Amino acid sequence: MPRRMRRRYLHLKIVSEQLVNEKDVIDAVWSAILKLFGEYGASQANLALIECDPQKSYAVVRCLHKALEMVKASIASITEINGKPVAVHIVGVSGTLKALHKKATM
Amino acid sequence: MRKFVDSHLRVSIADLDQLEKMVSKSSELGYRLIGVPLPPNLMRETIHKLQRICSDAKIDIVTRLNLVPNTPHELLLDLRRFRRMFEVVSVMCNSKSVARQAAKDRRVDLLSFSATNLRKRFFDYAEAELASKALSSLEIEIAPLLSLKGFSRIHLLSRLRKELVIAKRFGVPVVLSSGAKDPYVMRSPYDYSSLAALFDMPQESALCALSENPLSIIKRNREKLSSDYIAPGIRIIRSLRRETVASTHEKTISPSEDC
Repeated sequence: MPRRMRRRYLHLKIVSEQLVNEKDVIDAVWSAILKLFGEYGASQANLALIECDPQKSYAVVRCLHKALEMVKASIASITEINGKPVAVHIVGVSGTLKALHKKATM
Repeated sequence: MRKFVDSHLRVSIADLDQLEKMVSKSSELGYRLIGVPLPPNLMRETIHKLQRICSDAKIDIVTRLNLVPNTPHELLLDLRRFRRMFEVVSVMCNSKSVARQAAKDRRVDLLSFSATNLRKRFFDYAEAELASKALSSLEIEIAPLLSLKGFSRIHLLSRLRKELVIAKRFGVPVVLSSGAKDPYVMRSPYDYSSLAALFDMPQESALCALSENPLSIIKRNREKLSSDYIAPGIRIIRSLRRETVASTHEKTISPSEDC
C-alpha cells in the first residue's frame, strides 16, 4: 500500500504597497518555481493555496515535504507581483495547520 | 542561538529615512549586526548618528569600507590610509592583478567580484590558495540573484557553484550578504540559506556564512582596532607606572621572555 504523502504548510508574510489577492499570490509562487526549477520541478511540488488574507497580508500554502527546499527557495526569489515590488517572507513551516497557526501567532 | 550578520547593506548615508527603514527591517528579520559601507572621509558625528539609529533598533553596526582600486598599487595606498579606520574592508576585484594583490594581503577581509560581468570573477585555484593563506573570505551577494533574470542568472548560479567548490577545497571562508539597496530585496537569514541551495551550498554552511564566518572577521578586527591590542594573543590588561604587558590568559610575561 502506498505511504501517506507527507505535506508541509508554509505561513507567508507578504510585504507590498498594494493589496495582493489569492490569485496573485499563487500565480507568483507558481511562476517562481517554474522559473527556477522548470516544469519537472514544479510538478513535484504539489502546491496549493490554503488560506490568504489580503487585509492582513498573509497566506498559507501547502507543498510536499520532499519539495520543501525547492518551494522555500522559489518563494524567497519572488521580487514583484503585477509589476509592483514585493517581498514574501516565510514566517513558519509546519506539518499541520494547527501547529502552523500556533507558530505564526508566537 | 545564532547571531546573524548582514555584512553588506548598500544604503546611502545621505538618505537617513531609507537607512532607518532598512535598519529596522534588518532587526525585524532577525539580524543582530549589519555592515554599512561608509565613505572614508565621513564625519564622526554622522557615524554617531548612525550608531544611535542602530541602537534604537537594537542592532549593532559594523563600519565597512568598499575599495574599488584600479591597480594593485592603488589598493596598497588605500589600505595604508584607511585600514585602521574601518572594522571590515572589502575589495571589489575588477582586474586579475588587483584580485591577486587583495587575496594575499592580510589587511583585506572580503573579496568581492562582479555579479553581472562574469569575466571579472577571478576566484580561481590560485586566488583561493592566496586567500586561504591570508585569511581573506569570499563574499557572495544575494541581491543580484533576485534581480537577474534568465541566462544571466543561470550563468551566475553556475559560476557560484564552481567558486564554492574551489573555496571549500582550499578552506576559504565564504560570507553571504544581502547587498540590498531597498527593503524589498531584504530577506531573512533562513530565506538566504534556501536561496544558497540554488548554488549547492548546504544549509548549515549557508547559516555559518551568515553568522560565524562574518562574526569571526568582525571579532578579530575589533580586537585589532582596540587600544589594548599589541599582537595576536597579546593585549594590555593593566597599565601601571611601569607598563605591564600580559598575555590574553592574564599571565604576566617576564622581561626576559620575547613578546
